[in-house]
Amino acid sequence: MSEAQVRKDRSQERQKQMIAEHYRRLARCGETGEKNVYTYVPGNLTELMRSFHALPVLPEINALQSGMRGKSRDYIAAAERDGHSEDVCTYVKCDIGMKRSGNVGPTGERLPDPDLLLLSYTGCFTFLKWFELLREEYDCPVVMLHVPYQGDGVITDAMRKYVVDQLREKVIPALEKATGRAYDEDLLRENLARSAKAEDDLVWVLQSARNRPSPIDAYFGGVYYIGPIFSAFRGTEDAVLYYRELREEIEERLRLGKGPVTPDGDMGEERFRVVVEGPPNWTSFREFWKMFSDEGAVVVASTYTKVGGTYDLGFRHDPSRPLETLAEYCMGCYTNLNLPSRVDLLARYVEEYAADGLLVNSVKSCNSFSAGQLLMLREVEKRTGKPAGFIESDLVDPRYFSAANIKNRLESWFQMIEQKRSGGGGR
Amino acid sequence: MRTWTGIDLGSTTTKAVVLDEGARIIGRGITNSRSNYDVACRVALAEAVINTRFFLLSAELDRAGVPPARRDSWLEEMGRRFREQQYLGQLAVLREILLRLPGASAPEERHPLARILDRMREETDALFAAGAERKSDFFRDIAGSRYLRLAEEEAREKGARFDALAGLFDKAILDAENTPTGEGDFERYGMAAVGRMRTAPPELRGAVERAVRVDLERAGSVGTGYGRARLPFPRRQIRSEILCHGLGAHAMFPGTRTVLDIGGQDTKAIQVDEAGIVTSFQMNDRCAAGCGRYLGYIADEMNLGLHELGPLAGQATRPVRINSTCTVFAGAELRERLSLGEQREDILAGLHRAIILRAMSLLARSGGVADEFTFTGGVARNSTAVSVLRSLVRDNYGERRINISPDSIYTGALGAALFALRGSAAGHGAEEEAAASAAGGHP
Repeated sequence: MSEAQVRKDRSQERQKQMIAEHYRRLARCGETGEKNVYTYVPGNLTELMRSFHALPVLPEINALQSGMRGKSRDYIAAAERDGHSEDVCTYVKCDIGMKRSGNVGPTGERLPDPDLLLLSYTGCFTFLKWFELLREEYDCPVVMLHVPYQGDGVITDAMRKYVVDQLREKVIPALEKATGRAYDEDLLRENLARSAKAEDDLVWVLQSARNRPSPIDAYFGGVYYIGPIFSAFRGTEDAVLYYRELREEIEERLRLGKGPVTPDGDMGEERFRVVVEGPPNWTSFREFWKMFSDEGAVVVASTYTKVGGTYDLGFRHDPSRPLETLAEYCMGCYTNLNLPSRVDLLARYVEEYAADGLLVNSVKSCNSFSAGQLLMLREVEKRTGKPAGFIESDLVDPRYFSAANIKNRLESWFQMIEQKRSGGGGR
Repeated sequence: MRTWTGIDLGSTTTKAVVLDEGARIIGRGITNSRSNYDVACRVALAEAVINTRFFLLSAELDRAGVPPARRDSWLEEMGRRFREQQYLGQLAVLREILLRLPGASAPEERHPLARILDRMREETDALFAAGAERKSDFFRDIAGSRYLRLAEEEAREKGARFDALAGLFDKAILDAENTPTGEGDFERYGMAAVGRMRTAPPELRGAVERAVRVDLERAGSVGTGYGRARLPFPRRQIRSEILCHGLGAHAMFPGTRTVLDIGGQDTKAIQVDEAGIVTSFQMNDRCAAGCGRYLGYIADEMNLGLHELGPLAGQATRPVRINSTCTVFAGAELRERLSLGEQREDILAGLHRAIILRAMSLLARSGGVADEFTFTGGVARNSTAVSVLRSLVRDNYGERRINISPDSIYTGALGAALFALRGSAAGHGAEEEAAASAAGGHP
């Protein structure tokens, strides 16, 4: 085994241990008295929660983990038996079904009931309904942070103040009440300083895909890389160490001129460089990934890895302005950007990462995120002159992943790119 | 003579097209995909090669100075007699398989079976007589329809068990159609066919002999369609049907900018540039609602032939509005409407409109309908579907030239063959053909 392989294993191993330890602590909340707060990935206020010593629980992460572990089909069926229609967001149904089936988390341990539901992002309207359902389930307090949408593509002072005021007047008091602890701004600042360090390294890793060959896959590999920072670990020392290690590993791959890791080991020749919009399918994640890697396609940039923060646009958590920085973070997530900003970002990715085209994976059960995707696709295509592809699947409902159809369309798209490259002749 | 072949392994039929050096279509072959792509591929290729020999034969007759009208009349008669010889060959295979079946050993089945097979053989002449109509060109369909009719007669007149006889046919037909006749068919049946003609002109005999002797070198092949992964071709020789349809439509109608293909299980909306290169496409995705199979299902529900649907729907006076294009719901929708007293023609017109509306949505998503617009696939043969499409295109996009080729079923195979030809021009082909052949491949 090469040195690089050993190092790769080190960061993965660390992430695994971090997750295992986190869920172990959650499972023992009843005994230890530790508090936990349910919240969502976009706009999560992890540093603030952790400054109250509260452990975050992220229902979307649990749902996608259930999808990857083959549990979501049964969970969704359980939710549908409860009366949730086929068209409801499958993350929601998977989560409700998991609760109905004993609330066992991804590591096989039971998740605690929430001490607080912190709805810290409102750009996805389903989140509101989801927590409404969970409030019924758990009969627990809810606090809502209304995050203004960047309708005009900018964050104004009034918007920032609006969020900061809510943090001060609603969110912090609710956290104080739920945890029995007083707000500690110094601790929050320390957490934020650690976040910024980890964010620097994450951005370096994601931008390493500008190299040719790219040492990473910024989508299929990317979802693992964003794990700690998008979920429960932002602001922790563990996250700082994880991203430092990860960066070292990627630096090594780069030095060795290696392409990304794929389900079948190191990737061979890099034949296509693509940008992807939309989340991956989780129930057939490996199969989906192989449809790319078998063709020599590397995802060099993706927007999904920005739903929990657009750090590559320059944003860093700033400990000197703790509440303002949290407000800016919430408003700057990819999901909170208006369509022109998304188009700008995608077109920029295609150009800066020297991509061959844009692929949209549109999610069947996510109406709010799928709206406008075709329009974005056309616009990016027009601006960059690179061919765009469109496929459809779902997050965690295996019924909506039609492998043959998706493969057929992906192959067609790759061949279309190739045909354009070669000016219409044979390969 | 160097040739390039494209093979389109579709869910319903498998098609092959043969091109010459000048990208001229010199042969076409089609067969049902019969859930066995390997055999379907062999049969379609063999048929395309036979068709190529007929093309060569026609050229030989021209060279011999035979006037076109006479040439065409000879070729028509010889073509029919050739099909008859092929049919007889396949009938002999069917007979052998049927009589070998364990269920055929008891006298109560064996005697009627032998009588049916004898009669099928006897009536072949009439089946392939000038002007005779056959429901299909596939052996399974022609033989099946005759066999079942004769089995009914045996049951009615001699008390044979119809179910048992039908069951024997079902067991035998798969094996029979999977025992394909080969590429040597032209040689084997060609002269026999000439011998069966009312008069057998010596110029024709000579031309057949010369056409048989032409060495057909397969310089390149490309495969496409749902079964393409089954082809023993190197990766380079497999192309997506989207690209093949785009290029094929461009070759048929060079002004094509938008292609709509409604096939058995998918619908494709494709935009191409002036060189036939695909610039954008959309396909039905999570569900096959509104594909050709929908009409097939409706035809079954109404106990009609697929080809009867369009003309019947064309007689509608007050088309009903139907929104659902779910194939499974279609039957319920149909019965509900009938029970409400709606006319069959009016319901059918509504169903046709529903599937074309779905295609319009795919077209819109792919970038709209540009001029010229080429419609391909099995549904392009349905007159009502075409007229609904025409009117919806006009309403939504204005006047567009709409191209429909009678050979549109070969669009994908033609595109594949063109890719094969271009691949050879780019320096790929012969060595890969050799490698594929060495690996036991078909080409």
